[in-house]
Amino acid sequence: MPSEQLAPTRPGSPMGQSIPRREDARLLTGHGHYTADVNRPGQLYAVMVRSPHAHAHIRSIRTDAARAVAGVAAIYTGTDVAGRIAPIPTAWIPPGSDLAITDHPALADTTVRYVGDGVAMVVAESLDSAREARALIDVDYEPLGAVTSVADAMREGAPRVHEGVSQNVALHWRAGSDPSAVDHAMKTAEVVVRQAIVQQRLVPNPMEPRAAVAEFDAAAEALTLWVTSQNPHIHRLLVAGVLGLAEHRVRVIAQDVGGGFGSKIACYPDEVLVAFAARDLGRPVKWVEERREHFVATTHGRDHVDEVELAGRRDGTFTALRVRTRANLGAYLSTAGPGVPTILFGLITNGPYDIPLAATEVYGLYTHTTPVDAYRGAGRPEATFLIERLVDLFAREIGMDPVAVRSKNLVTEDRFPYTNAFGITYDSGRYHASLDRALEHLDLGAFRSEQAAAARHGRLLGLGVSTYVEMCGLGPSEVAGAVGFQGGLWEHALVRVLPTGKVMVMTGISPHGQGEETTFAQVVADRLGCALDDIEVMHGDTQLVSMGWGTYGSRSTAVGGGALSVALDRVVDKARKIAAHVLEADVEDLAFREGRFAVHGVPDRSVAFTDVALKAHLAWSLPEGVEPGLEAEASYNPSNFTYPFGTHMAVVEVDPDTGDINVQRYLAVDDCGPRINPLIVEGQVRGGIVQGIGQALWEGGAYDAQGQLLTGSLMDYALPKARWLPPIETDFTETPAPHNPLGVKGVGETGTIAATPTIVNAVMDALAPMGIHHLDMPLTPERVWRAIQDARTTAPAATGGMRS
Amino acid sequence: MTLGTFRYERPSSLDEAIRQAVEAPGARWLAGGMSLLPLMKMELAAPPALVDLAGVEDLVGVRERDDVLWVGAMTRHAELALHPLVARHASLLAAAASQVGDPQVRNRGTIGGSLAHADPAADLPAAVLALDATIQVASPRGRRGIPAGGFFLGPLMTALEPDEVIVAVTVPQRGARRQAYRKRPHPASGYAVVGIAASLRWEGDRVASAAVAVTGVADHAFRAQRTEALLTGEVLTDALLVEASGVVTDGQEVWGDLYASAEYRRHLAGVTTRQVLEHLRADG
Ligand SMILES: Cc1cc2nc3c(=O)[nH]c(=O)nc-3n(C[C@H](O)[C@H](O)[C@H](O)COP(=O)(O)OP(=O)(O)OC[C@H]3O[C@@H](n4cnc5c(N)ncnc54)[C@H](O)[C@@H]3O)c2cc1C
Repeated sequence: MPSEQLAPTRPGSPMGQSIPRREDARLLTGHGHYTADVNRPGQLYAVMVRSPHAHAHIRSIRTDAARAVAGVAAIYTGTDVAGRIAPIPTAWIPPGSDLAITDHPALADTTVRYVGDGVAMVVAESLDSAREARALIDVDYEPLGAVTSVADAMREGAPRVHEGVSQNVALHWRAGSDPSAVDHAMKTAEVVVRQAIVQQRLVPNPMEPRAAVAEFDAAAEALTLWVTSQNPHIHRLLVAGVLGLAEHRVRVIAQDVGGGFGSKIACYPDEVLVAFAARDLGRPVKWVEERREHFVATTHGRDHVDEVELAGRRDGTFTALRVRTRANLGAYLSTAGPGVPTILFGLITNGPYDIPLAATEVYGLYTHTTPVDAYRGAGRPEATFLIERLVDLFAREIGMDPVAVRSKNLVTEDRFPYTNAFGITYDSGRYHASLDRALEHLDLGAFRSEQAAAARHGRLLGLGVSTYVEMCGLGPSEVAGAVGFQGGLWEHALVRVLPTGKVMVMTGISPHGQGEETTFAQVVADRLGCALDDIEVMHGDTQLVSMGWGTYGSRSTAVGGGALSVALDRVVDKARKIAAHVLEADVEDLAFREGRFAVHGVPDRSVAFTDVALKAHLAWSLPEGVEPGLEAEASYNPSNFTYPFGTHMAVVEVDPDTGDINVQRYLAVDDCGPRINPLIVEGQVRGGIVQGIGQALWEGGAYDAQGQLLTGSLMDYALPKARWLPPIETDFTETPAPHNPLGVKGVGETGTIAATPTIVNAVMDALAPMGIHHLDMPLTPERVWRAIQDARTTAPAATGGMRS
Repeated sequence: MTLGTFRYERPSSLDEAIRQAVEAPGARWLAGGMSLLPLMKMELAAPPALVDLAGVEDLVGVRERDDVLWVGAMTRHAELALHPLVARHASLLAAAASQVGDPQVRNRGTIGGSLAHADPAADLPAAVLALDATIQVASPRGRRGIPAGGFFLGPLMTALEPDEVIVAVTVPQRGARRQAYRKRPHPASGYAVVGIAASLRWEGDRVASAAVAVTGVADHAFRAQRTEALLTGEVLTDALLVEASGVVTDGQEVWGDLYASAEYRRHLAGVTTRQVLEHLRADG
């Protein structure tokens, strides 16, 4: 059983301990090594010229004045790079979706398609020169009509983003039960609730914006690219492909990366251009994104309009679900863009509920906006938001408590592995246990009395619940292929034991804030019986790590940890053979405990692992057939995704005078399987929750009709602030994933997935007495206040009663 | 985000500062740099020279002088928030300063810079208006005092001449008043969506005189004259409180943005005024 494997194999093992992150000292004292810290001798600086128009024809670009600026080395336009840089590819082609793949030139050729679209690159001796020259580039645009919302994209006569893509439909994808069966169930159901739901666009804002430094060795025809990446090997593959370089002569390095939240998965034009210029000019080139540039040039998240229906019986049982979604993909197909609103969303819209019939239909649409790609949770927050809102609407419709309705429909423990209507199989779960645990912390009956008492004084209290499940630990490579992901999703690890017994681990995952330098070391220390200080976990360099698919989709510990675990088994197996040889015992007679191999029942006939390591390297006397050295690698391809789950609850108060929302309590019960490092898990959960609340209450990327991003800086786009939130209460249940060696499920995204609907449900619960059942996010004070005003004018009797 | 090139002067006296500014046409005064430097980084301002006021002793300090509280232009928000003399004579100024931005901004930003910059959503303009303060300025032509009521002309526009430097803000000491500043910050920028500064002098349970200033709502901070007129000489009953709050933006062109429309801002200004007045009534 995996849970047994995770249990510490020796007393004092760091497994399951809240060890402070080993990477933090470096990162917090300014000793991290970020891409912007990389400086190469003779390096040039690049800045991008970006379109100020959402849609325009480029009549001409005049660069003479800019070229005359002292220190300018080169200016590239779309014409200059056409034919020399291949179009930037997408890496996800969902089968059966008729994906309309269009060219994404590294620099716009004749048409710009969003504010921020690259038009030219200036490369100069200094950043000042580059910026001065940029200001002198004269682009003559002929502005054209723009379409920014999915509501408008498919309309007759809407401006087209790409020639030949009718109605701007980039993809049309369906999954789930037979549509006619769903239709029939809807028509014959006792109860159907319907809701149109907008899931607004979000702008990921990691602390570190993007950056790239490229150096080209002409003699070796080799490129080194330092880049802010969540997946250096994917970057290697794509950058090599786009520039026509040999993959083995491209080295991609992503050392410390200051957060990504999905926005550093994609291969962007910028890093390709920087690499191109380094080769073209024969000098290193550096580019660092500015924060305001980041707002328009780095991928956005979410941006759905969903029409959803949930059918069921008056006793609370769900019978059918139908989801119809229009998802904004932006102006171009980003690397994982087409997969997010389809595969990562549409296959799990039923959430943790057993709904016999369920269907998802998605239109992915081109618009004149920044491309949309993965953002923390990627598709699963959207799915969870829909179903969790629907459950509440359903409960209200039949007059049952939302908690009771959830309890009635949650998949029961005896049904696992549970295959949903979309054909995916949830690995393990104890959903009722999670809900019960949450209710131990929050007394529902007591809250309802408090709520009623408050209402008598005109105070609006609300309780929100979300029981969620997510699909992560991406994933089985066969499934990746079957769903059109143009890559594998297995993971690689190498464990190298040096003659002194020190251990180097090279992993294909690419942590950028998740703390695997600590958790992976804990796994190694536990298994090999060595000290944490004797272990170095290395990642983020394609020259160092043979292969890997990176960090996203809460996959690092479930999949990368799986590879690590298998590699450790192999190291121990080999060491055991050598130890048996040393001890002149049978391999089967040896126990490995606390870093020593000992003959069963004869504890003083033993040898330390470190001695075995030395002997393995000296190779003076090795058993027959055993090679010198002590290292092993493993490639681990998981047999399933992992399905973490949990129950989140929030208590809010809404001020009817202002529409202000005050989050009074937030409670999270999560299950990500066994926790290697509870402190890190806690950090992931809290950070995720705050990000999820951010969507519910504050964040929203908004465009005007001309396609200008109205929320284009941190002065307009509100990220959550710590002082706005109450202390977050956390608790955990532990249900191992039965199919991976560590039993772990992944925890990077759960908070974000659960928190958004929890908060919105709480606010809607508070507003329910006024007859308000749904509002779109973010729930700004004005939006709430307006809804209350409208409710008071349309139903004066009800509100009068409320306030008396 | 890099700055362009410019000359940098660091005078050590007011006279020297004024002379240097004359010698470099187009020069800007640099105080905390919290507003000026972002403008320059965003290429919205490109002054050929900066005259840094940090070394000018004449602009530093908080003192009682005759019947006024004298606050040097280079007083940082963080100092204002904590200074005992400000707390005693102009507590709403301390309250407003303590709500500006974040600790870093409060440790750099100055009262002179804030007033000269005249952001329509800044906090201190409302404070100096409600205190009937005077902005003391100097230039090659000598010195003058500009009453706060005539200082703010529009967004980022004041009665300052380009060569004038704010030396200090003086606040008349006119006996005991109850004062408050209440702000609803924008969730992203932290600036005031609505900020209400009020100073009431009481005679028994009657309001003898009232000063109510509003920021964040119109193109510059203003005094709410109708509200003041309704309050003056009256007992602050619940009904009056509601009435006086309701007219706080009367006569103003209230502006709106993505976060708060004009209608909602007007409503919030009323609610916030009511809260401030309730507080001043209860507070004593
Ligand atoms: C992140 C952030 C958040 C902020 N939040 C708020 C907020 O919530 N509320 C708020 O009110 N403000 C806020 N501010 C602005 C802050 O208060 C600034 O400090 C203030 O606006 C300018 O003061 P300063 O001393 O930095 O002036 P500077 O930036 O140095 O100068 C601003 C302008 O004033 C001129 N100037 C400066 N000193 C003088 C003088 N003595 N005489 C004549 N002209 C002068 C300069 O030439 C320039 O034009 C914020 C700023 C930042 C960066």
